[in-house]
Formats: sequence, C-alpha cells, structure tokens
Amino acid sequence: MTNSWNDIKNADLVLIMGGNAAEAHPCGFKWVTEAMQHRKAKLVVVDPRFTRSAAVADYYAPIRVGTDIAFLAGVINYMLSNNKVHMEYVKAYTNATYLINPDFKFDNGLFAGYDEAKRTYADKSTWQYVKGKDGYVEVDDTMQAPNCVWQLMKQHYARYTPEMVTKICGTPKDAFLKVAEMIASTSTPDRAMTILYALGWTQHSVGSQNIRAMAMIQLLLGNMGRAGGGVNALRGHANVQGITDQCAYAEVLPGYLSAPTDADDTHAKYLETRTPKPLRPGSMNFPANFPKWSVSQRKAWFGDAANKDNDFAYDWLPKRDGAYDVLAMFERMFQGKMNGFICQGFNPIAAVPNKKKLGTALAKLKYLVIMDPLQTETAEFWKNFGEYNNVESEKIQTEVFRLPASCFAEDPGTFTSSGRVIQWHGKAIDPPGEAKTDREIMASLFMKLREMYAKEGGVFPEPIKALTWAYSNPTNPAPEEVLREINGRALADVLSPPDPKNPKEPPKVLVKAGEQLPGFGLLRDDGSTACGNWIYSGVWSQAGNNSARRDTSDPSGLGVYQNWGFAWPANRRILYNRASASPDGKPWDPKRRQIAWNGAAWAGSDVPDIAPALGPDSGAGPFIMTPEGTARLFAVGLMAEGPLPEHYEPFETPVSANLMNTNPKAVSNPAARVYKGDMEQFGTSKEFPYAATTYRLTEHFHYWTKNSKINAVTQPSQFVEIGEELAKDKGLKNGDMVKVKSNRGEIKATVVVTKRIKGLDCNGKKVHTVGIPIHWGFIGVANTGHLSNTLTPFVGDANSQTPEFKAFLVNIEKA
Amino acid sequence: MTMQSSLDIVARSATTTPSPSVRQGVEVAKLIDESKCIGCKACQVACSQWNELSDDIGTNVGVYDNPSDLTDKSWTLMRFTEVEDAAKGTMEWLIRKDGCMHCADPGCLKACPSPGAIIQYANGIVDFKQENCIGCGNCVTGCPFDIPRISKKDNKAYKCTLCSDRVSVGLEPACVKTCPTGAIVFGKKEDMVSYGNKRAGELKERGFQNAGLYNPAGVGGTHVMYVLKHADTPEKYAGLPNDPSISPLVSLWKGTLKPLAVFAMIGAVVGGFFHYMKVGPVEEKEDEKESA
Repeated sequence: MTNSWNDIKNADLVLIMGGNAAEAHPCGFKWVTEAMQHRKAKLVVVDPRFTRSAAVADYYAPIRVGTDIAFLAGVINYMLSNNKVHMEYVKAYTNATYLINPDFKFDNGLFAGYDEAKRTYADKSTWQYVKGKDGYVEVDDTMQAPNCVWQLMKQHYARYTPEMVTKICGTPKDAFLKVAEMIASTSTPDRAMTILYALGWTQHSVGSQNIRAMAMIQLLLGNMGRAGGGVNALRGHANVQGITDQCAYAEVLPGYLSAPTDADDTHAKYLETRTPKPLRPGSMNFPANFPKWSVSQRKAWFGDAANKDNDFAYDWLPKRDGAYDVLAMFERMFQGKMNGFICQGFNPIAAVPNKKKLGTALAKLKYLVIMDPLQTETAEFWKNFGEYNNVESEKIQTEVFRLPASCFAEDPGTFTSSGRVIQWHGKAIDPPGEAKTDREIMASLFMKLREMYAKEGGVFPEPIKALTWAYSNPTNPAPEEVLREINGRALADVLSPPDPKNPKEPPKVLVKAGEQLPGFGLLRDDGSTACGNWIYSGVWSQAGNNSARRDTSDPSGLGVYQNWGFAWPANRRILYNRASASPDGKPWDPKRRQIAWNGAAWAGSDVPDIAPALGPDSGAGPFIMTPEGTARLFAVGLMAEGPLPEHYEPFETPVSANLMNTNPKAVSNPAARVYKGDMEQFGTSKEFPYAATTYRLTEHFHYWTKNSKINAVTQPSQFVEIGEELAKDKGLKNGDMVKVKSNRGEIKATVVVTKRIKGLDCNGKKVHTVGIPIHWGFIGVANTGHLSNTLTPFVGDANSQTPEFKAFLVNIEKA
Repeated sequence: MTMQSSLDIVARSATTTPSPSVRQGVEVAKLIDESKCIGCKACQVACSQWNELSDDIGTNVGVYDNPSDLTDKSWTLMRFTEVEDAAKGTMEWLIRKDGCMHCADPGCLKACPSPGAIIQYANGIVDFKQENCIGCGNCVTGCPFDIPRISKKDNKAYKCTLCSDRVSVGLEPACVKTCPTGAIVFGKKEDMVSYGNKRAGELKERGFQNAGLYNPAGVGGTHVMYVLKHADTPEKYAGLPNDPSISPLVSLWKGTLKPLAVFAMIGAVVGGFFHYMKVGPVEEKEDEKESA
C-alpha cells in the first residue's frame, strides 16, 4: 500500500477492483465501513462476480475476466476527454510535460523495438526521454509537442471509447460510464479516491500493467500521496509484505536492491548502473544513495571480511544467469535440471499453475525438503489419493524429508502489514512435538554446512566461512538479534559530511561506534555502517524496539498513529506525501492536512517524504525515488511490454480477437514468457468455451485452514459457481456434481448456480464465467477435493512472472 | 465496554412464583446492521468457540449458508439471499445473521411446559436451562422465528444465549467482540434503538428509502434487532417475518387456559420422569461410544 489500512477511512470514494476486500480482507474492510458511515464515502466494485464486497457497495459493474486494462484505459480516455484531471498536480508532479524520443511509436498492438523470435522488446531505446546537453529531460510546459508524454498518452487512450470498453469488457455502457464518472469526480482537490486491489490484478499475464493503469488514473486525479488516496495492494498473508521486503525472490536483495547479474562483472559497474543521475534540476534523486545501502548490507552480512580491498565482498554475491522465479524453477525441475528443492512454508503443488506439470517436475528431484507446520500436498505428491492425485508411487524415487516447523503464534517476531507497518508480536504457546522455529532449522543447517566446509573444504567456501553469525545461540538466533541486525548499527563513529560553508569546522559525531542507527539517512558507503535492509532502518534504534510501540494517540485524527509500531520507510505512513501539498507548499485539502511548508521546513502529521529543508523553491519533485522527481505516466524503459498499458487478451481467451489490434502477434501479451510445451497446452474457446477464474473465500485461508475443523464447518466442500443462464444451457441444477475441464486437467465439484454471475455480451458474443474457489485438496479435515490449479495455465505476468490464475478457459458438464 | 447486568430472573417457564424486583437492572440489546455485514461468518466461529460447540462438517448443497441450517451445535448462521429486480436492473446479495431474537415476550418461554427450562433475565436475555428441559419441542412451535433446535444427542433444546455468561460479567457477546466491520454492536437497549434509528436515517440518505430498525412489536420488541436496508420487506432476508407474533395456541395456553397449565405442569413432571428413563441411558451409551 502507498497509504495505510487506517487511511482508507479518509477516502471519499473507495474503488474495489482486482480484489474482493470484504471476502479476503474482512478485518481491514472495517476501514471501508468507517469511510462509508463517517465520511459518507461511496463504495464501487468492478468484478466479474457480484462479490461479498459488492453486497455492501453503492454501485457494482460487471467485467469480463482479464480485461481490466481496457476498462481502466477507457476511464483514462473519459477523464482526458471530459477535463476531469487535476491539471496543476499533473503538470507539476508527473512527467506529462516531458519529451519522448520522436522515434517512439505504437503500431497495431506493438510498441517499437519488438523481437518476435525472443518474445521480448529487445530494443527499448525509443521508450526514453529526450535529454538536453545538461543531462536533464527536455520539457514542453504547453504540453502541445506531439512527442510530449501528455500528447502520446492522449493519442494512445483515445482508442478506448466507451463503446470499445463495452465490446471488450462486456460491461454495459451505462455501467461503465457511471463508474468512470464516479472515479472522475475525485479530480478536485477536496476529494480523494482509494483503490483497493489484490491478486485479482496481479495474477494475469498483464498483471503489472493492470496496476500501472490504475496508478496513472490516480496521478491524473491528483490522488497519490494524499490521505484517502493512493494505490493500495491488500496483501494476502499477515506477513507477506515482510517477506517481500526481506527478499522472497531472486531479482532483488533485501530492501528491493537490484541483485547483480552475469553482466555486472565488476563492483564499479554494478554500482554505476544502479546509481542514477538526476533527470531534472533540483531533483532529490534519492536512488543515488544505492552504494550506501548496498555496501552497508554487505557489511551486515560479512563484517570485517567485507572491506575496501575486496570491493566489500562484491564477488561473493551470487550473479544471476537467468530467471529464478517460481515458474522458472519448476521449468528447470521439469526439464530435469534441478536435483534438490528446499520448500519452506510453501505448498507449490497447490500454489503454482498446472498441477500435472508440477507433480512431474517434483518426481524428477533427487530430494525434496519440506519445512512446514502442516502436512501439505507437496509433501505427499508421491502418494496416490485416487482421482485427487492419481500417481504411480512406485515410479517416484524422490526422497522427501519433512522438518516440522512452528507457526507464527509459537514464536515471537514481527509482522509487516500491507500498510508497511512493522509490528512486534509475542509468543502464545510452544511449538508442538518436534517442531522447531524456521530460524532454528535454518541456523542449524547453516552451522552444519559451515562445519562441513571447514572439515572437508569445497568449492568457494569464503562466503560461508565469512558470514556474520554473532548470535548468542548460533543454532537458534533470537528474533530480537535478527531485527537489530536488519536495522543496522555504526561500526565506527559516523561523522557529519563536511560543511561547505565552514570547511575547517571539524565534523560532528552523528552516531557513536556500536550504536544502533536511527535510520537509513546515516548509512555510509565507506564501510562504517552495517545494515541488513535499508528500508527497515529505524525499526530498532538506540531507543529500542520501535516495532513494539503501541501508542494509540492520533493528534491529527487522520489515522496516522505515528507511535504505533514502525512503518518503513522512516516511519512514514503515506508515501509521496509531499504531493499532498501544492507546489507552493499548501495542503491541497486543508481539512486533510498532512504536511505543509512552514517557511523553513516541511512539517505535519506524517514524516515528510522529502528532505525537510527542500522547500517549494528548490525544484525538488515529490516522487523522490525517480531521478526526475516526478511520477511516470509514461514508464520509459522499465516495463517489459510497453511504457503505456495496453489491452492484451489472456493467453486463453474466450473471444476470437483482440479488438484493439489486428496483429496475430499481439492478441495476448507479446512480451510474456511462454516455455516450450506450455503454449501447446493452452486451450481454445472452441473446445473450452467458458471464461474461468480462481479465487479465495472468506471462510478459508489458502490451503491451510482445511486442516482446521471450524473453518471446514463453515465451508465444507469444494464448489464452483456459474450463472443461471449457463446452468440452463447445460442442464445443471443447484447442488449438482459437475466436471470442470481445461486443456490441462479436470476437477469435480458441487455447482452453485447463482444470480451473481452473469453472461456478458462481448462484441456480440455471450461470454459465461465459471468461478472456481481454491482451498480444497487431498490433505486436511475438510472434505477431500481437487487442487484447483489442476486447471490453470503455466504462464505469468511479463514483469513479475505472477501466474495467470485469474483468466483461463474451461468447459463444464454434469459429472 | 458494556454495562454489567444482574442475573435476576423476571420470567420462568411453567412457574407461578413471583420474580425478584428489588435490583434495578438495565435491558441490553444486540444490534445487527445488515448494511455493514459482509457475511464473513466470524460471528459463527466465535459463537462456536466461546460456547465450546463443534458442529459436523457437512457438504455444500449449492449455497454459501454453511451449515445449511441452525442446529443444536450452530446457534447462529449467516443466511444469504440473492434478490434481483429485473425492472430496476438491481441486484442484491442480502446477508442476515440468524439466531435467537431474545423477544421481550418470548413465545418459547410461554410455550414451555417444564418449570425453569426457559427463563428470561431482567436484562432481557432469554436463556434455556437444559437441565430442566424435557425435549418436548414446544419451544420450537412457540418460536415465531424458528430458532430452537432439539439435540439428537441429549434430546434437549439449544439456541443462542446472547452470551448470558459473558454479559453477566460485563463483556459483550462473543459475536459482537469478533465482528470485524462493526456490523454487530451491543449495549443498553435504549441506546441500541437510538443508534439503530440513526443508522436507518443514514441509509435513507444513501438512497435506501425503506431503511429501518427491526424491533417487532408483535413479540413486545426484541433484544436482538436489525438495521435493514429494506425494513418494509423483511421477508427478503431469508424469510425474516414481517410481523411476528406468538402462535394463538401458545397465547391461549398462557392466557385463558392458564389454570389448566398447572395440571399440564404435573403432566410435564411425569413426562420428564419418563423422558429421563428413556433418554438418560441412551445418552450414557453415546458417551461411552465417544470415549471408546
């Protein structure tokens, strides 16, 4: 979330799209009911199904699965055509006025630079700014130049007329216009809209661009950085924000530091390519501090062994030679290129698409290590469970080790909420039986490995030998010790930088050697500071464990709760909050005053997201994490499939064509990675005529709670949902047992026939949707069921590789 | 937190002795704001956990209501109703938390022939005392909301207690404590009536012309009330009665024919004796089976 849970109460309009907050986030949903009751906010839901969120909404609009970009692009067009834009904000705080390489083009579904053979944009050189001799981007304040972002955007989205939106999305025109009008109503400075989304946007082959399209809308409305505004991802586990922050995937190191690749052969090159130069005069260009974050991280990991002479142990960092996301891992395993797999708190045979492929892949492993508090389907993938897991056990040679782990309530530590608030929690009970905490398991494994390296030698032992491991109990580090290490400390006295006005003045000691750091502002790239994760710096300062703070005072009444836990970065509750004030430093909405310029500094109810002394005259923009200081309506070179979100059909589409182009190469995301063999496994609408989507139910949590009786009582057995019209066509009655098939497998379930799912008219074709809740499997106390990913396609978003669980094709018949 | 209220009993089934009246208790009420309810069933789970109930794992019968009905082990239940108005083009998914309404004039208590099996506290809570229950099922007939369920295990009637055990020590009912959206609130009955009317007013402003408080006069008002978006047509909410009242047969039993009740009470005691003889051993057998 750019904002926080509590902040939802400040919204005038709550849009739920690409998520179902009432269903999946019932506790956080209280802030929606707060906004509705006390701020008279309106709630709008756009979803293929009339959901639990829709049940309490003021307005609901249906949409075909996988067409969100067309809908949002239509909203952009509506706003631009009807002057529903916060123009002062857009001109000052976005790159609308910036000039783009005149050779940039978009033609019949493809942007410039596409390489069909590689399914990638090999040449993104035209997706770039025009720079002057001073190195700054050239701008056109009149926004008339044909190659300025504003004009490019206008031209791109003019194609998404309300009629086109209706044809693609199946949303009735009046419903689309009603939602567009409601969204556009927040373009005035006295109104704000929040958008709540979750996996309904991320789990698509165009997932990242779904979110970018929404970010563009929020920028055009002037809602970023504002109380009651923002783009808010509701995270699906209590601590999935924390695990992402600490690096749950291979592309980044903790704190979202770009991980080195094979191309980064020297330390200097690694740092240089990640340390940008400012793109506009006065820009704060905060990412220029990358070397401080990176060097301090390696000091935390390797201590004295990381020093100037060895480039702070840069050579010890792994250099990526390709993709290591979960789809790539299972592809390697499937091809027999992976021998072992340590699977920690993860049930991939249920949670990754195409169960059959996953089972085949796991069977090629020599060993599989499971660390989990629960028995999982992955741990039992080799066992025959009849129709639910029909494998020949005798042919599977994979050796499976199970290490029983503890649950969150059996161990103290922190949760990081969707709103980036790090909160300490205690331990309720001891883990049962032989279960150990994940830390103890990992630390014991590490100590054993280190011992083996010491005794037996081995290839490349240095990083293992030199790793900092100064815990009081090396086989069971205390969570307090780990959090202190993540926060960071001074290894030598940290001195103030030389004062240019008084060069002879001796530097001041800002932090004494050995002290905990107060925040990332004190990090140095000379080896004098250690910090495991720069964004968490400040969580355990000299003052102690700030994540354990429980002060409920809220002087501004905006739900800031500055002394409750610790929000990263820098205890800031709303990101980009400089944009809550106008360029001259006054709050856009005095009733929701966040920070303002007081003549000498920025101050207010939140920690300013800008250097406190950089006043309105400094030229520093509010989006300090870009080198230009402004937000990007046009994403220059960063996205895989284009700088402006464009509608592409899901890889399995129920309609015959992408109405936005006539290019057979651009029906679905042209830059999405598809492995050999998987393309052939995609089904066609001829054989599998119905759009399908998977989702969660409020009664269950993923594949965990089927182990809990009380959850099983409230939602006991597997079902799928279809509309009344489709049920009639197929001769199905409510409660019948049905088979749902995709080109990858079939499941059996009870059918719930509902008025809440309607056939949608998409360009003359009636598209029906089959809704498939997940949650059942062949382990647990709930009634046995089929893993729903038996049906889903092995393809992901072109940027994040998040699988396309939310849009695929099935057929349905009576079982 | 809520007020503490005494456990003085003001009405007792099949009893003619006067009730205590010295202490001045307050009447309590639970208010369920349907417009804020998302049907998450946290209240169902909290109810089961606080009351140490463990219902059977059923099956999906084509709806979200699970278990599919109230049982002796499920004292509250979310009922989902899909309402479509084709003419207006509107769709609603109405969700109602079902359970005992704790009527001021409880039909179950009036109908009950067993002394002290059903009682009403001064705070308004209507409670079943299973040790006195003879399992005759009259409370089921007497209830205009179809709430009590007779257990197959011990042949006794069960229903929501409004967490009388929690309320007596100043705690709110478990469902109220757990409700994540603030759809269920609890307090003095007069406060709940005024808050409910305020909410109804707010819903009218939001466009629900017929929003209102459900506190039906036919049963003397209730200690569980709803704020409904469509208070004019409560039947839409899985058959919530529009104008509930106690069956005339039950009224007759407690009214003009009251003297006869004394004889019936004697009959009940005799019935209870035979019931014990018949059911008691069965219960023991079941227990033996479970512990085996």
